[in-house]
Amino acid sequence: MTSLRKENYGKINREKVLGFNWDNKEYFGYEGDSLASALLANDVRIVGRSFKYHRPRGVMSCGVEESGALVTVGSGSRRDPNVRATTQELYSGLNASGQNAFPNVNFDFGGVNNYLSRFFAAGFYYKTFMGLPPFEWGKGTGIWMVFEKIIRKAAGMGKASREPDPDSYEHANDFCDVLVIGSGPAGIAAAQEIANNKLDVILIEQDSLLGGNSLSQKDFDPYLLNTQLKSSGIRVMPRTTVFGIYDNTVVGALERVTDHMPTPHSNLPRQRFWTIRAKHIIVASGALERHIAFNNNDLPGAMTVNASKHYLNRYGVLTGNNIVISTNNDSVYQTAKELHEAGSKVTILDSRENVNHDLSKDIDLHLNTLPFSINGRKKIDGIDVCKTTDLSNKNTIICDQVLMSGGWSPIVNLVSHRGIKPTWNQENLCFIPGEIKENISVVGSAKGIWDEKNCIESGFVGANEAMNTFGMHKKEISFPSVGGWSNPIEPLFEVKSNKFPSKSFVDFQHDVTAEDVRLAHREGFISVEHLKRYTTLGMANDQGKMGNIIGLSLMAEQLDKTIPQVGTTVFRPPYTPVPIGALTGRNVGKHFRPLRVTPMHQWNIDHGAKMIEVGLYQRPWYYPKKNETLSDSYIRETTIVRKTVGICDVTSLGKIAIQGPDATELVNRIYTNPFAKLPIGKARYGIMLRDDGIVMDDGTSWRLGENEYFMTTSTAAAAKVMSWLEELLQTRWTDLKVNVTSVSEQWAGAAIAGPKSRDVLNECVFDPSEITNDNLPFMGVLQTKLKDGTPCRVVRISFSGELAYEMYIESDYAHGMMDLLWESAQKYDGCLYGLEALGALRVEKGHVTAAELDGRVTIDDAGLGKMASTKKSYIGSAMRKRGVLSADDRDMLVGFFPINEKETFNAGTIVCEKNNIKGQGVGRITSVTHSPELGHWIGIGFVKGGLEKWKDITLIGADPVRNKQMEIKVVSPHMIDPEGKRMYA
Amino acid sequence: MIRIKCPYCGERDHSEFTYGGDASIKYPSLDAPASEWTKAIFFRENIRGMQKETWHHTNGCRLWLEVERSTITHEIKSVKACHPQIEKITKNKS
Ligand SMILES: [Zn+2]
Repeated sequence: MTSLRKENYGKINREKVLGFNWDNKEYFGYEGDSLASALLANDVRIVGRSFKYHRPRGVMSCGVEESGALVTVGSGSRRDPNVRATTQELYSGLNASGQNAFPNVNFDFGGVNNYLSRFFAAGFYYKTFMGLPPFEWGKGTGIWMVFEKIIRKAAGMGKASREPDPDSYEHANDFCDVLVIGSGPAGIAAAQEIANNKLDVILIEQDSLLGGNSLSQKDFDPYLLNTQLKSSGIRVMPRTTVFGIYDNTVVGALERVTDHMPTPHSNLPRQRFWTIRAKHIIVASGALERHIAFNNNDLPGAMTVNASKHYLNRYGVLTGNNIVISTNNDSVYQTAKELHEAGSKVTILDSRENVNHDLSKDIDLHLNTLPFSINGRKKIDGIDVCKTTDLSNKNTIICDQVLMSGGWSPIVNLVSHRGIKPTWNQENLCFIPGEIKENISVVGSAKGIWDEKNCIESGFVGANEAMNTFGMHKKEISFPSVGGWSNPIEPLFEVKSNKFPSKSFVDFQHDVTAEDVRLAHREGFISVEHLKRYTTLGMANDQGKMGNIIGLSLMAEQLDKTIPQVGTTVFRPPYTPVPIGALTGRNVGKHFRPLRVTPMHQWNIDHGAKMIEVGLYQRPWYYPKKNETLSDSYIRETTIVRKTVGICDVTSLGKIAIQGPDATELVNRIYTNPFAKLPIGKARYGIMLRDDGIVMDDGTSWRLGENEYFMTTSTAAAAKVMSWLEELLQTRWTDLKVNVTSVSEQWAGAAIAGPKSRDVLNECVFDPSEITNDNLPFMGVLQTKLKDGTPCRVVRISFSGELAYEMYIESDYAHGMMDLLWESAQKYDGCLYGLEALGALRVEKGHVTAAELDGRVTIDDAGLGKMASTKKSYIGSAMRKRGVLSADDRDMLVGFFPINEKETFNAGTIVCEKNNIKGQGVGRITSVTHSPELGHWIGIGFVKGGLEKWKDITLIGADPVRNKQMEIKVVSPHMIDPEGKRMYA
Repeated sequence: MIRIKCPYCGERDHSEFTYGGDASIKYPSLDAPASEWTKAIFFRENIRGMQKETWHHTNGCRLWLEVERSTITHEIKSVKACHPQIEKITKNKS
């Protein structure tokens, strides 16, 4: 069979010839072609192989429901599998190939599966888990292990590129009054009516051309329509699919910006992922034509009826010369006429007894007639037909194409996303959307209206509903009635004879046959959701757009129920596939998440810092000298801090300004220790609990004035603490006169730690006499000036256990402060130190951070019980001693040493008793470091019952992930200078 | 996407907000016994229908809002600032 481009047909641009490549052969098409129409025009009939049986498949539709012509487009990093050839626009140089076949779709070794089909029936994959019957039924999964590798190789439609995606994708946002989905007659009527009433309308169309089903009409001009719509002020978005409707009339849409252009393309993103917030949505998504299940209904050349009308009138391609149309409804008669006029011989098989149609004498009409079996191997040679009353008596009609129409299914998917169950309309044999209580109207054939005039009328009703949302006047029109055929449709889902085994496909892509559905039923899968998963019916790329209703009807027959009693599966977004790249948008690589840098970020880098990401922050990790490793570097830095002095960027700590007459009251209520009598110019370390008595965070608060505090929080909990204070002040303690402001970004901070830190500071501040031990004792706060006059804040505070200070300055002056501090520190052979050394210093001191305060730890567990006041009430005070929180065997903070000083361990190591190494053991190590001062590795963490219970007992550090075990002992977490003499020096 | 009408900022995507919790809880005073706190913290209704809950306009004005929302349909019946004085001011604005 050769199919012909028909002169005077189609909306393609014959001036513009496009060359493309299919399975390594060059072909030509025209601008305006889809890949499918171009292949049909070139008489390429076999375009794919089916999933299980590797049966040859051709183009079966003209839209998103396509389940035959799934192809791979592009090559290299742009190889895109499972592209529907029916919706892929042709462009010059397009490179496409068939998939799921070796060596190619015309000759495929996998075709042997077709003859083994009894082994590949419903649930095949599940059954192999149990052993393959009859050989080793019940003998376990042995055969699965063998088959699994083969199946993995044979299964899967197409292969995605393994290379990084070279294209960019965008996220975009928009708003409108009314969003209209679909540009068929109903959608257009609604959009124009609403735009005429001065409302802001967006019209979305998944196709490149406007018109919907009007595109299958010979004289319809989509370009004229586009101009008309735009001149009425409608914002038209072609090549855009609304894949989901979400709460509050928000839709998600995918715009294919450059998928129709030759690659590599310009600076445009490949696709845009739209979030559009509408106040009213009109769904004019149309309806899909169903096929009919009968033997060999999947041979290349089998297609839905309306698709052939599209190929003729949109693309100028006549899909067959000798066409048999099989139907149970009126929708095919116009198509039959037009195919006949275009030059095909046309025969109609109508399953109904009587129909009333004005047909040319040249069109054969067989009433009461069913399609029984298509004849042919790789192409159609003919069709066996029979009377509805006698399935054993068959006639053969010679033909080269079989078109099917088993009725129409309104596209209820989008409203189904809103949890609205469709209702069955027996008269029209289809589901239509149920009642919607949101600002969503469904119009046109999406609501089961077949007649074009009534579709337009329904569009006006939808427009009325939308305008009603805006309180605008309402015209007196009522919704047209569902249906619109002059001869009623009669059920025709499957043609079967018990005497004749058949391969009647319900779901083409997944090779689900009518017999599979019955087998599933026999094996006890009687719920429609179970049926779906067991047979994989409706789980292919088309998500049941083609086969669902037939599957339901077969199930209903088996269960002796009606279709609505069997129910329908719930449709979920997306309506058509959305690439991961579009979901990700620009959030890739460096932009995967926001990046926070401190004001001295560049300064740190200029001074040799290797950076590490902590939360969102970039923090100095270590400052290697020549050839130093991380470990060399942090050990050197730690040693120098303990010996002389080190400078460290601590800007990432959370900082909160607390101001107002009740500032003291607030601070006193949220910390466990007393703050009511903290004098001005003093800071205090404090712990906050949650309502339930567990530790939330720790930090310091400095009293700057009668009514003003400066609070620091841990880096990890900065945002949480800020929200928490706001919550308390706005919801619980609304009488407190106090204001909290995050000033984390406004202040840059540096720690100056080590025995020489006072000397360093003295050289940096305007008035060195302020920094004396008397004037600035431990926990003293000073608001002062740098040597150059820049105001700054100094607090004498120590995380390292050494004599130490933190200096804060307005962020813009951070570089100046660091220059000053560093210049001075160098005179004392000081160093810059990073997070790794900071960690080592604090682990040596047994200070906790987020690694220890993980949301399970009480203040007593952390060994800080003496910081819990017994004289005041505070957040968590009532609950911190409740039941389990005061048990004797709680995990308590301790230090860990390896028994063999040469051994190392990792954070995450599980602490076990010697002869009981399993499960969660008796504790865990949360932070580890090499201690230069002690000369071996140390850790802190938790162990049941604490130090008292395990003192002098050898335990095992088990690290199953790294396959490591070592002997350890439990020590006090305060491993260096436990009396704290150094920091008071 | 739930859209929440912040009384200060106007109607915004829920992704700008952080869900808080049950807004109907009356937290006991800090010196109340553990039994009262236990009730407030651990014994919560699992409402099917309209529920009062708090949302924080984290990426906006940072107000804590009391939102009446249906847990079945996500329909939002009312939104107001939790703080009574802020509520008074913002009520006139919206
Ligand atoms: Zn707001």
